[in-house]
Amino acid sequence: MTRTAKFRVWRGDANDGALKDYNIEVNEGEVVLDVIHRLQATQTPDLAVRWNCKAGKCGSCSAEINGRPRLMCMTRMNTFTDEETITVTPLRAFPVIRDLVTDVSFNYKKALEVPAFSGPANLKPGEYRMEQIDVERSQEFRKCIECFLCQDTCHVIRDHEENKEAFAGPRFFIRLAELDMHPLDTLDRKRAAQEKHGLGMCNITKCCTEVCPEHIRITDNAIIPMKERVVDVKYDPARWLGSKIRRREGL
Amino acid sequence: MTAIERHSFDVVVIGAGGAGLRAAVEARAAGLRTAIICKSLFGKAHTVMAEGGIAAAMGNVNSKDNWQVHFRDTMRGGKFLNNFRMAELHAKEAPDRVWELETWGALFDRTKEGKISQRNFGGHEYPRLAHVGDRTGLELIRTMQQAIVSLQQKDAAEFGDAEARIKVFAETTITEIIKDGDRAAGAFGYVRETGNLILFEAPAIVIAAGGIGKSFKVTSNSWEGTGDGHALALKAGSKLVDMEFVQFHPTGMVWPPSVRGILVTESVRGDGGVLRNSEGRRFMFDYIPEVFKEKYAQSEEEGDRWYADPDNNRRPPELLPRDEVARAINSEVKAGRGSPHGGVFLDVSTRLAPDVIKKKLPSMWHQFKELADVDITTQAMEVGPTCHYVMGGILVDPDTGAAAGVPGLFAAGESAGGMHGSNRLGGNSLSDLLVFGRRAGAGAVAYFQSLGGNVPKVTDASITTASDHALAPLRNPGGENPYTIQADLQQVTNDLVGIIRTKSELEESLGKLKGFRARLANITCPGGSAFNSGWHLALDLENMLLVSDCIAHAALIREESRGGHTREDFPKMSAEWRKVNLVAHVENGEVVVEKQALPEMREELLNLFDVEELAKYMTSEELTRHSKGANA
Ligand SMILES: Cc1cc2nc3c(=O)[nH]c(=O)nc-3n(C[C@H](O)[C@H](O)[C@H](O)COP(=O)(O)OP(=O)(O)OC[C@H]3O[C@@H](n4cnc5c(N)ncnc54)[C@H](O)[C@@H]3O)c2cc1C
Ligand code: SF4
Ligand code: SF4
Ligand code: FES
Repeated sequence: MTRTAKFRVWRGDANDGALKDYNIEVNEGEVVLDVIHRLQATQTPDLAVRWNCKAGKCGSCSAEINGRPRLMCMTRMNTFTDEETITVTPLRAFPVIRDLVTDVSFNYKKALEVPAFSGPANLKPGEYRMEQIDVERSQEFRKCIECFLCQDTCHVIRDHEENKEAFAGPRFFIRLAELDMHPLDTLDRKRAAQEKHGLGMCNITKCCTEVCPEHIRITDNAIIPMKERVVDVKYDPARWLGSKIRRREGL
Repeated sequence: MTAIERHSFDVVVIGAGGAGLRAAVEARAAGLRTAIICKSLFGKAHTVMAEGGIAAAMGNVNSKDNWQVHFRDTMRGGKFLNNFRMAELHAKEAPDRVWELETWGALFDRTKEGKISQRNFGGHEYPRLAHVGDRTGLELIRTMQQAIVSLQQKDAAEFGDAEARIKVFAETTITEIIKDGDRAAGAFGYVRETGNLILFEAPAIVIAAGGIGKSFKVTSNSWEGTGDGHALALKAGSKLVDMEFVQFHPTGMVWPPSVRGILVTESVRGDGGVLRNSEGRRFMFDYIPEVFKEKYAQSEEEGDRWYADPDNNRRPPELLPRDEVARAINSEVKAGRGSPHGGVFLDVSTRLAPDVIKKKLPSMWHQFKELADVDITTQAMEVGPTCHYVMGGILVDPDTGAAAGVPGLFAAGESAGGMHGSNRLGGNSLSDLLVFGRRAGAGAVAYFQSLGGNVPKVTDASITTASDHALAPLRNPGGENPYTIQADLQQVTNDLVGIIRTKSELEESLGKLKGFRARLANITCPGGSAFNSGWHLALDLENMLLVSDCIAHAALIREESRGGHTREDFPKMSAEWRKVNLVAHVENGEVVVEKQALPEMREELLNLFDVEELAKYMTSEELTRHSKGANA
């Protein structure tokens, strides 16, 4: 069931660029990335695109498809009508390098600002004991494939370059939440989230959750609980200590 | 000539998968200035795709497990062709490598006692694979990535520069190892983003560049699996061992065509999935080979009971080593008993409740739902063999990872050979990455420290040669399209060097592969050098071709069937051939494959096996020597 689809792909670099139209063959069961690859193979071999696993596991192939941040390898062609023109553009929140490839170094810089896991000094390797139910909360956040779609969609930085300095973005709010909820982490993450990583600038629009291909409930399970706890911590240091020593259920 | 960016490090690690990152941590921990180079973004290496788990005999689920049992399973899985010393080190050290991950923040699934949970997998006698749902590779790569970041944070605090002692060069491809005399002196390549050429001067270089799957048409590997590490070592004068052994994973997706090859994790079978043909028959019971007869259930009832009571029942044959299952599926499809799209049925819905499936196999559930419109909680999957892993790789010293023939060159992970013999067990790769990544890192450190001031130099002439070579596809007038060549090459390997091989087809493949050389020299890549995907592929193709050549040569010479090498014209395993490794090197631009004696297992390790079992693999002469040794 081969058909011809209309594609419009952004071509260019940091200086200049424009949308370019292509007519291209599509076969049954294909995803957008297949079609982009066919463009490379048959019409424009130098088209720049990032990808790696083609299985939704590495988070490399992020782009905006008809304006929506998505993974190209997980967007099936049968979600569009035959007549529809499919527009593929690079992530808007990051500077373009070439065609569909953007400079995502912002995210690696932010990763460096989150202090690493710091385990208890008295436990040797092999002595860690944790309950499944306690690790599950952090495990949800560790499903993150670092596609940076949530970062791309978040309005705090999407069109506000000036906010990037102070704002770590949803990807790193879940990293902070993950460490905070880690049964054996020993650092204070909550206060830092507010004071160093810009948690306060988030106004819970939930756009990040909507685009996450791993269906991580970024706002409900990470941002909102962190915000609540930050309030706790900021005004009641004694309670903060309590929560670190014996984790309370349901928080 | 384009300007060349120059860097100087103590140790350069090529590859940011599990093996490369573990090597880098080791080098940096010794205080050496370390570079990590990778083709993709940091944290996206192929390791991220690993699903089922990491094998380590921690004995958390069944306390009878220990390194000796793991060692035995590994040797059996590899049909006794493994480098015994590597299998020994691996089995002994894997638990420490897993526990160490926890101290860096990894969160594995837990047992009731709060220990790391372990699951069943093909060929492993006890539940042995530590796991995080079915995304264990992601956990491993993220943990290692964060371990590197934490070292950078320490350096930022100490030197005011996070990259003072460990720096990641992402989206940078190495095209050549540069030597000074016979010693490694540096690594040369290009930055994908800009197309700029780049030189790393370093006396110690660790190759951890992953596998070769992209040389085949149907594969579970990511685009990075173009055999660069294998080819870099060969071209630098080192050697590859066991290249005829390529693992075809029995269960890849077969439909829709665009996802053909994507992996369906073995955990589906470990957790109770059964294989059936179009007649509804659980055909694996018909394919239990002689050497495994006592270890596997002979009836469906016994196999079913094993999940609940493994001590009193034998495991179902769905959990035979991968090569056995892949060949069985291949035979069923050939016999006309396949599924509509040319695979067989894998069904987990009959044994597990929908919510349990979603919990235990979340990525599989998603993968089939989103890519194939199949709900695995109610429907069977269609699966078939896919090129998954290469057992062969750079010939290394087991203890230090030193690559044969080139002082200063080290290798680990899928790029290195020997550990898995003729067939790798599931879960044994992730543990291999960490055990031998660490060892290669330590090997590089020791070598660096032994040099004193006597450091090799990179000459201008060698830089010119390397850069001319890299830029050739951008300058050639030839007109060949790299994408077309890639497709043609993958078709040749698939048809002629694939899962079932014969003399005539292998000979034909060698002729065809030769024909690709001229075509490669005529590749033209329009566009500039900045992020030019066609140019990148053109350079990868050279490696894919060289590796395919080695596989075909070795496959033609080995006249027996064993593990990941099946010869239709020599269907039996031969005890004489077990004593032989095939080793490839390049001489005047041609691949030469020679026989080399397999290192002989130490007596105390041989004693871990029953003589009856050894008799299935070894010559009578070897057995006589062994029984004498045992008496002495
Ligand atoms: C789908 C899938 C599932 C798997 N599941 C499991 C499992 O459950 N358990 C298990 O044990 N094993 C599993 N495996 C196997 C295992 O994942 C791989 O063998 C392993 O990850 C290889 O790791 P590595 O560190 O050797 O290299 P890789 O992770 O492949 O990394 C290679 C690195 O080298 C870099 N590189 C390559 N060429 C160059 C170059 N020319 N210049 C610079 N850098 C370069 C790449 O960019 C990359 O960073 C699975 C494999 C697949 C495909
Ligand atoms: S919820 Fe917060 S972090 Fe998420 S998109 Fe909205 S503002 Fe950004
Ligand atoms: S949280 Fe989700 S959207 Fe954000 S980077 Fe991770 S996987 Fe992508
Ligand atoms: S290519 Fe890996 S997520 Fe799309």
